[in-house]
Amino acid sequence: MAERLLAYRHLFAAQIRSQTQYRASFAMDLASSAGFAVMDVLSVLVLFRMTPALGGFGAAEVFLMAALAMVGFAIADLIVGNVERLGVYVRTGLLDAVLIRPLGVLPQLIAIDFAPRRIGRVAQSLLALAVGFTVVDVDWTPSRVTMALLAPVTGVVLFSGLFVAGATLAFWWIESGEFANAFTYGGRDFTLYPVSVYSGWFRRLFAYGLGLAFVSYYPVLVLLGRPDPLGAPEFLAWLGPPVAAGVAVGAGLLWRTGLRHYRGTGS
Amino acid sequence: MPPRTFFALAGAGFRRWSTYRQATVAAAFTNTVFGFLRMYVLYAVAAGVGGVVAGYDLAMLASYVWFGQGLIGVVMLFAWTDLADRVRTGEITADLLRPVDPVWSYLASDLGRAGHAALFRLMLPVAMGAMWFDLSTPDRWLSYPLFGLSVLLAVVISFGVRYLVNLTAFWLLDVRGAMTLWLFGSTLLSGLVVPIRFFPEWTQWLLWLGTPFPAVVQAPLDVYVEYSDLSGQLLVLADQAFWVVLALSLCRWVQHRAVLKLVIQGG
Repeated sequence: MAERLLAYRHLFAAQIRSQTQYRASFAMDLASSAGFAVMDVLSVLVLFRMTPALGGFGAAEVFLMAALAMVGFAIADLIVGNVERLGVYVRTGLLDAVLIRPLGVLPQLIAIDFAPRRIGRVAQSLLALAVGFTVVDVDWTPSRVTMALLAPVTGVVLFSGLFVAGATLAFWWIESGEFANAFTYGGRDFTLYPVSVYSGWFRRLFAYGLGLAFVSYYPVLVLLGRPDPLGAPEFLAWLGPPVAAGVAVGAGLLWRTGLRHYRGTGS
Repeated sequence: MPPRTFFALAGAGFRRWSTYRQATVAAAFTNTVFGFLRMYVLYAVAAGVGGVVAGYDLAMLASYVWFGQGLIGVVMLFAWTDLADRVRTGEITADLLRPVDPVWSYLASDLGRAGHAALFRLMLPVAMGAMWFDLSTPDRWLSYPLFGLSVLLAVVISFGVRYLVNLTAFWLLDVRGAMTLWLFGSTLLSGLVVPIRFFPEWTQWLLWLGTPFPAVVQAPLDVYVEYSDLSGQLLVLADQAFWVVLALSLCRWVQHRAVLKLVIQGG
């Protein structure tokens, strides 16, 4: 076990060293990765220049939702986001090299493409969350404190599950990269705004089918003590952690099935 | 460069992209999902203020969003590092030895690529949008050819900026940081996520005159939804023409400086 951890540590360290090699590029990378978090905040602010309410929620409330979504996504992206490169590994045959090493496949993929620049985005989103909690008026109770702590974790687990599940498609469909983006990056965009903004089958698929309503919408309802304008009972908000765990387990099973299905690309 | 060479290269670009069938479908699908996300959010903004926001009514917003999603593939807003990869590996020397300036040969194949995207990437999001929402159509027939011209200019500007970003590889070797700046500009500052007419007025002037971004996305869309009368549309085209000249001149100049610096090892 200790040996394995050491191996992973070397893989991570090598990746960090190589990516910080070109300093000017890395600095630009870090800045622009943080810039993307600013972009999400800016787009919310620009929309509220035009309208006082979005789906029945004011600027401060939507800001808090967006911040929760950004934190969940940014941390998941830092940890497992690079599995989206699986398609490249399958196509180039690098996955074969990964398979013959005596380490887990998923942890290796995470380590060999670890992207330290994404820390810029995590830092920015945490800052946005701190601002989010100061701009809304939360009447703190023990259950709301619990929710404030659970919500970001729920988001991280759920987005991580979506990243892994999306990447798994590459075992069957090598060129699927952009297809998965619709649910990972699309899921992030979905959770920036209240679920009440969307409608029809689209809302049902993203909010309830993928469980994305639990990332930012339900937690903010609980924190503000507001009933759901769409009529969901209050206890539903507390199902976030089991739903996220379910998505993660499902993604894990999908990954194992995909890996067993993998037969190489004939290189 | 003789027109025959230019068209042959453009044809090759078209054929190259027409072999990536799965990737085309996956990308068009993702553009469509993001179309739904943007549509619902902008509808919610318009609903909050009585149906017309910053001069766009609901049908104009719908056309704005769906044609915008279709144009992503045509103007290629996302990462393109073909040239930078060739700089890094040294293969760029082969391009420079040819009797055609690489700026023109790469432009020709990019136009071929855009032609392919106009047929296949533009249609799916627009068709899906038209199925679920009411899209506005131009009242004046002249708006159709003006839209076509505007898209062509947008492709050339986008190409110019991406080429410049790639040229930084001569100095930086790793262009990912610079490329991310382009991604940031071409999504938030171009009008793709939110029409830049939602921004404060001084920002709009700054963006139109000081950056090429609105000329890549906002310009063709405003021409199509007939945001203004004919003279307004011509003004938009004039702004685009200005950026075409500036971007291509910069490409030639920067490339000239880069080539002076180039050392071919072991030739």
